Amino acid sequence: MRYLPHTQEDIKEMLKVTGHDSLDDLFNSIPEHCRFKGDLDLPDALTEWELDDHMEGLASNMAATKVFIGAGSYRHHIPSALNYLLSRSEFATAYTPYQPEISQGTLQGIYEFQSMITGILGMDVCTASHYDCGTALAEAMLIALKKKKKTKKVAVSALVHPHHRQIINTYLNPSGYELIEIPYNQDGTTDLSALDAMEDVAAVAVQSPNFFGAIEDLTKVRAAADAKNALMVVSFTEALSYGLLKNPGSFGANLVCGEGQSFGISQSFGGPGLGILTGTKKLMRDLPGRLVGRAKDADGKEGFVLTLSTREQHIRREKASSNICSNNGLNAMAASMYLAFAGKKGLHELAVLNHDKAAFLKQTLEAAGFTAPFNTPFFNEFVLKAPPGFQAKRKQLETDKGILAGLPLECYYPDMKDHYLFCATEVLSRQDIENLAKEVRP
Amino acid sequence: MKEINELNLPDDIKYTDDHEWVKKDGEILTIGITDYAQDQLGEIVFVEVPEAGDSFDQGDEFGTVESVKAVSEMYMPIAGEVVEVNEALEDGPELVNTSCYDQGWIMKIKPQNPSDFEALLDKAAYLDTLRG
Amino acid sequence: MTTPTATTGLIFNEPLLWEKSKPGRCGLSIPTSDVPSSPLDSALTTNGPDLPQLSEVDVTRHFTRLSQWNFGVDSGMYPLGSCTMKYNPKTNEVQAARPGFTTAHPMAGEQVSQGAMELMYNLEQDLAEITGMDAVTLQPAAGAHGELTGMLVIHAYHAKNGKQRSKIIIPDTAHGTNPASASLCGYESINIKSGENGILTPEAVAEVMDEDTAGIMITNPNTLGLFEENIKEIADIVHAKGGLVYGDGANMNAIMGIVQPGKIGIDVIHLNLHKTFSTPHGGGGPGSGPIGVVEKLAPFLPSPRISKTDKGYSWQFDCPDTIGRMLTFHGHFGVLVRAYAYIRTMGKGLKTASQLAVLNANYIKAKLKDTLALAYDRPCMHECVFSDKNQQPHHVTTLDMAKRLMDYGFHPPTVYFPLVVHGAIMIEPTETESKETIDEFIQAFKDIAKEAEETPELLQTAPNLPKVKRMDEVAAARKPCLCG
Repeated sequence: MRYLPHTQEDIKEMLKVTGHDSLDDLFNSIPEHCRFKGDLDLPDALTEWELDDHMEGLASNMAATKVFIGAGSYRHHIPSALNYLLSRSEFATAYTPYQPEISQGTLQGIYEFQSMITGILGMDVCTASHYDCGTALAEAMLIALKKKKKTKKVAVSALVHPHHRQIINTYLNPSGYELIEIPYNQDGTTDLSALDAMEDVAAVAVQSPNFFGAIEDLTKVRAAADAKNALMVVSFTEALSYGLLKNPGSFGANLVCGEGQSFGISQSFGGPGLGILTGTKKLMRDLPGRLVGRAKDADGKEGFVLTLSTREQHIRREKASSNICSNNGLNAMAASMYLAFAGKKGLHELAVLNHDKAAFLKQTLEAAGFTAPFNTPFFNEFVLKAPPGFQAKRKQLETDKGILAGLPLECYYPDMKDHYLFCATEVLSRQDIENLAKEVRP
Repeated sequence: MKEINELNLPDDIKYTDDHEWVKKDGEILTIGITDYAQDQLGEIVFVEVPEAGDSFDQGDEFGTVESVKAVSEMYMPIAGEVVEVNEALEDGPELVNTSCYDQGWIMKIKPQNPSDFEALLDKAAYLDTLRG
Repeated sequence: MTTPTATTGLIFNEPLLWEKSKPGRCGLSIPTSDVPSSPLDSALTTNGPDLPQLSEVDVTRHFTRLSQWNFGVDSGMYPLGSCTMKYNPKTNEVQAARPGFTTAHPMAGEQVSQGAMELMYNLEQDLAEITGMDAVTLQPAAGAHGELTGMLVIHAYHAKNGKQRSKIIIPDTAHGTNPASASLCGYESINIKSGENGILTPEAVAEVMDEDTAGIMITNPNTLGLFEENIKEIADIVHAKGGLVYGDGANMNAIMGIVQPGKIGIDVIHLNLHKTFSTPHGGGGPGSGPIGVVEKLAPFLPSPRISKTDKGYSWQFDCPDTIGRMLTFHGHFGVLVRAYAYIRTMGKGLKTASQLAVLNANYIKAKLKDTLALAYDRPCMHECVFSDKNQQPHHVTTLDMAKRLMDYGFHPPTVYFPLVVHGAIMIEPTETESKETIDEFIQAFKDIAKEAEETPELLQTAPNLPKVKRMDEVAAARKPCLCG
């Protein structure tokens, strides 16, 4: 086995030192009745080329070609240089930077991530990453509930990604907390007026751009949160939107969480992504997860360390702000690289291009018989009502050509029969879009 | 770390098993952590204090003192309402190390029952608890 | 005198990205637009966030220089106890980078996702076999996330049985994530002490186990590197009162093919694919923390589940007792691919990996026990725990020795954990370190122990070779500067 360096000679010599007769003897402290007798029922070991064949067989059994779906996972072009740099094993094969003297690379890279993300979102503090947007949002709800002890409820827009709301429910249920859904308006944005009739809540949470792609009026969200004396929480699934849109921090958000997958991370069937969790300075000590800060060494030289760790589980145990330990560090590093490549100009231009593509897709489909239920400004994604016969055609397109023509919304929103969520990014060409229109025209 | 005989333990204040000290000033009691506690914790980096107006029962946790690698809870010596907290600790948590009985005080309270003060440990009794 | 492993080379100072920025530069290839412009209302937009502006060359050099300040498993031995820093096979990276996988959309239909689903289904089967469990979910994103999932399953099980319980038993050797995960489920942690030999006694468990206790969280082998020999008796005590046994599988690398946790009374176990199954830690993740459960707990696993039918693989959404969803999509698929590639490459050889991991640890224990004080002189599993007791007279601490190891070219072991050993030094060599490397490591520790006696100041000021010396963590925490 090529990963195991021991020769028979080595094993013999080492056993002599440990005082055992055989490798099996090493396990004598395990009672007989706990031992597994026999061989693991696993397929035989593969050589590297056999593995390549097997894996290519699986990878090529993935039939999607042109994807017009976003819904929390977006295809963007990833610079070759990024994957090249990210695969440097000094980054990839290191553990969490507990020993700062020999982890300065990871630490500076994450510090730069924290700095660029706080800048993009207009927030004061960004953690070194979470698993994904959904779990970061669930953590944000727990922060709010801890800060506002008098209530056990949070208000979350029905236009927050349905899966994220499911995660929040899973996280809140055992503690007796409750998620109350804020319904949506005729224009595809959150109906904040519904909050008036609600009791006290610890947080008012919206996603913007929301699950329908529409841009929420965050000024109104701030006012609604104030009226409830609640924290204002904003999430997002398409990070690229903030290359163009006014950031949530500028509207006074207390906590902003999001999915950073669009920043240089492949979709990979939905994970690993990049959970972003940011807060105001006032909430700095309430944020769960790792934080990198500046420090000086014994000679006064500048460097970085993990800091404020007393919030964390390895010190505070049952009183920790969260149980999070490993996060998605390497993906935060990827985002750091991506944002460095893109820069101010690149991120903005790319965001504009993405919006143009989506707008063109929308117009083109409208010309092909689809209708738009909302006319609210959107980013990358939008909802259309399909003409009769589309459901079958969509299925056929997927099976025959690997074209994924929108996400049916009815299973998430029962009143949205025949409505589909479409998405376009810079990787789709005009031709791709026009082809789709040709295929789906009734 | 300091030996017991090296500790600075003033005579004119009271103590608790949890290593807080309490000083009486008319109706108001000032609370802090003892020289022993600050020495055990090492370099203090953050003090979490309650807000003026908060009320606590005796034995309630009212805040924490943190070093880089440890957190220590502070417990209410006697029941009362917080009237003032030491704002200087926000930017200068090290005051608890350098001046635990003076500039490093934590908060002032108005006791619910002022006579509870007398039941707290005096220096000799506190020293006994330290010696175990 | 042999040539020391570590030396200084030409590395570079590298400022923050902003300091290299020049307006007008861009390192990203932006496609030419082939569609009409359609500007958003300017009230909604800005000219973009203020990011640094750099060319591709600038960025490449920046991150290459940063990487050279890091120590990874590929740089040298990384015996971080409880973290299983084994070699991360390069073929795993190639497999995960196949375009069919990297471009897969998580909400694409089953029909166009069969390859990924087959891989996930196979991996679930493999992990079930290795752990002896009946069902596995791959959704949890990391070990702690797996723990939370497992505790939620236990919580849901008790709820379904009509009476919720309020407490959970946690031994003093547990990882901090255990009590933190239990708290998230509203359970109060009941901490119990290990016996004098570092092993949990059935009596200690029996004393606190009652019908208001949801169960016990137990790490086996425990964080002292010792096998919990009384596990079956303990499980019987907990089960007799209607409780469940949670197994923290962080240390599974010691017992693959040797013990099947599902067959010795464990009801739920999480695995760390980024430890036992060779996927890279990435400087703090992404990891993956699948959990396995016994049959009666399978209905509570997160949804959707994956199933195999005549027509292929499909998602099961109809799971009425499920705890719900733990992650936005199907788990850290990219990490799953790597772990699957590892299991396929190793086959039954996984048992050999565990045997050699345990051999390496016992070898270090035998060779170093006259140099460092051994916390518990008992047969160890895949890691061994020492302390700085022998060095205390010279005013040298565990931290000093750990820092000095860097000058010798080794990543330090885990230090000051488990908490039950004062000044703990927890060494986990893993199976992928050769006898020669381990001998060098042992010699380094012996040399350092000698330095502790003769020139303790050398240790107290260590390390000297890395880019920076010991950092002032106190000042960093007093006045946190977290961005800019």
